[in-house]
Amino acid sequence: MTSAIEVRGLTRRFGDFTAVDAITVDVGEGEVFGFLGANGAGKTTAIKMLIGLLEPTAGSARVAGFDILTRSEDVRRNIGYMSQRFSLYDDLTVRENITLYGGIYGLTDAEIRDRGDEMLDALGLHGVRKSRVGTLPLGWKQKLAFSVALVHRPKVVFLDEPTGGVDPVTRRQFWEMIYAAAARGTTVFATTHYMDEAEYCDRLSIMVDGRIAALGTPQALKAQFDSPSIDEVFVRLARPSAAGAA
Amino acid sequence: MTGAGTDRSPVIVEGLGKSFGDVVALRDVSFAVKPGELFGLLGPDGGGKTTLFRILTTLLVPDAGRATVLGRDVVRDLWAIRRRVGYMPGRFSLYPDLSVEENLAFFASVFGTTIKKGYELIAPIYRQIEPFKTRRAGALSGGMKQKLALSCALVHRPELLLLDEPTTGVDAVSRREFWDLLGDLRAAGLTIVVSTPYMDEADRCERVALVQKGRILAIDEPGAIGKRFPRDLYAVHGLPRHALIGALRAFPHQASVQPFGDTLHYSDVRVGYPSQRIVDELLAWLGARGITDVWVRRIQPGIEDAFMALMGEEAA
Repeated sequence: MTSAIEVRGLTRRFGDFTAVDAITVDVGEGEVFGFLGANGAGKTTAIKMLIGLLEPTAGSARVAGFDILTRSEDVRRNIGYMSQRFSLYDDLTVRENITLYGGIYGLTDAEIRDRGDEMLDALGLHGVRKSRVGTLPLGWKQKLAFSVALVHRPKVVFLDEPTGGVDPVTRRQFWEMIYAAAARGTTVFATTHYMDEAEYCDRLSIMVDGRIAALGTPQALKAQFDSPSIDEVFVRLARPSAAGAA
Repeated sequence: MTGAGTDRSPVIVEGLGKSFGDVVALRDVSFAVKPGELFGLLGPDGGGKTTLFRILTTLLVPDAGRATVLGRDVVRDLWAIRRRVGYMPGRFSLYPDLSVEENLAFFASVFGTTIKKGYELIAPIYRQIEPFKTRRAGALSGGMKQKLALSCALVHRPELLLLDEPTTGVDAVSRREFWDLLGDLRAAGLTIVVSTPYMDEADRCERVALVQKGRILAIDEPGAIGKRFPRDLYAVHGLPRHALIGALRAFPHQASVQPFGDTLHYSDVRVGYPSQRIVDELLAWLGARGITDVWVRRIQPGIEDAFMALMGEEAA
């Protein structure tokens, strides 16, 4: 399996605080990778470096085959990104958002039109294509945001808590979209606070204080930490004292 | 289930309705919270939970129905209610440019009290952030902000605590710790109403209301809500997962197939059909499709199973 993401000793310090401490990991093409950690463990800082928004203090990484230091433009052209906080423009319509992002990613007008139609078909959103995104239910919005993040057919897509606050049915539909994208060869790099979703990933890493404290398939991690669930593994790693008391 | 509570119920809601333009935020919502109860409102964003809290804290006026908080009407007696209720809104509501201690002192002074007078109640929580009391609130980590917000909601020693999604976006470990704190406050005699989108937090409540699209789907003890699931439920485990989902959905008698952690939950339209035969038929069906490394076993439905089934009924 070739690597879609190769991270080597990636480090970021802010003053004397080390937010990301020499992390090394490979993520394969078409893999669904869960990037877990407590708030403040360094996940967001690491993702910012991988998508070319923040320079590392030390170490290196290649994303979609491009070095994040020397080829950050190419990195950004070959990745998709969505988060709960930043995804679509509420004041634009569904169609306008698709057109806007298609344009930003350099698609032709014909590509934007064809892929936009495909997307509306797949999501069943033709009926609301002229509605402002802000008026849609959160679940629809997040599914649309994911499709838009894939409009330029990126090799890698980064998802930062994509399902926060979404109802349990839509949450599952969202993960089915993730599987379908992975089956087409897209690499998915996702964070979540839902520990049942962590079980849906091919492999996981759990960050603690800037380091990757555990890495493996959900099954392997549960075996390694002798825990019935990823939730339990997470608690043991992130707060050893809490696990002891529980 | 009706909303009729006893006179002592700290929160009574009857037939509550609220719309914003064409959007119906709450429709005919009724429930009553018992004294000293930890009551959960469970459901996704956009379900109406925040609107409900804003009505209970007298910040919004309902279009229909009525609500009383600590025996007072939310529309007529708003000032009496505000003094006796602690409210932690969903969005971070503190002053980012004030220090930890200044925020707390401010909230105390608004309610005509001091940190010292309220200290006993907030101590178990505030002690964890006190070492950082000179830090700007805006510079705190997510977990510490949450503890400061809770301290500010408690400093005037309210009788009722209303918490709107205090654990949203918070990691799994900090969420557990926060629920431990709520358990302690409840043990100290406080009545607590708390909302959350995380179904796995329901077990921390004495009773929960499942809220979806402005309606209450069910109210019960967390352990009893699974019984609302209308069919027998089976866990199916096997790989590859995508193929397994497809094969189960194609089974002629399937009623629902939902991913749950590392398994799938399957229910069958043939209610009352012998379990062992369903298991055997599923194994044969999957085996014929090349999925052989698989197990199937009957399980008890949980809250999330029930929630999804009730959501489906509501939509139908």
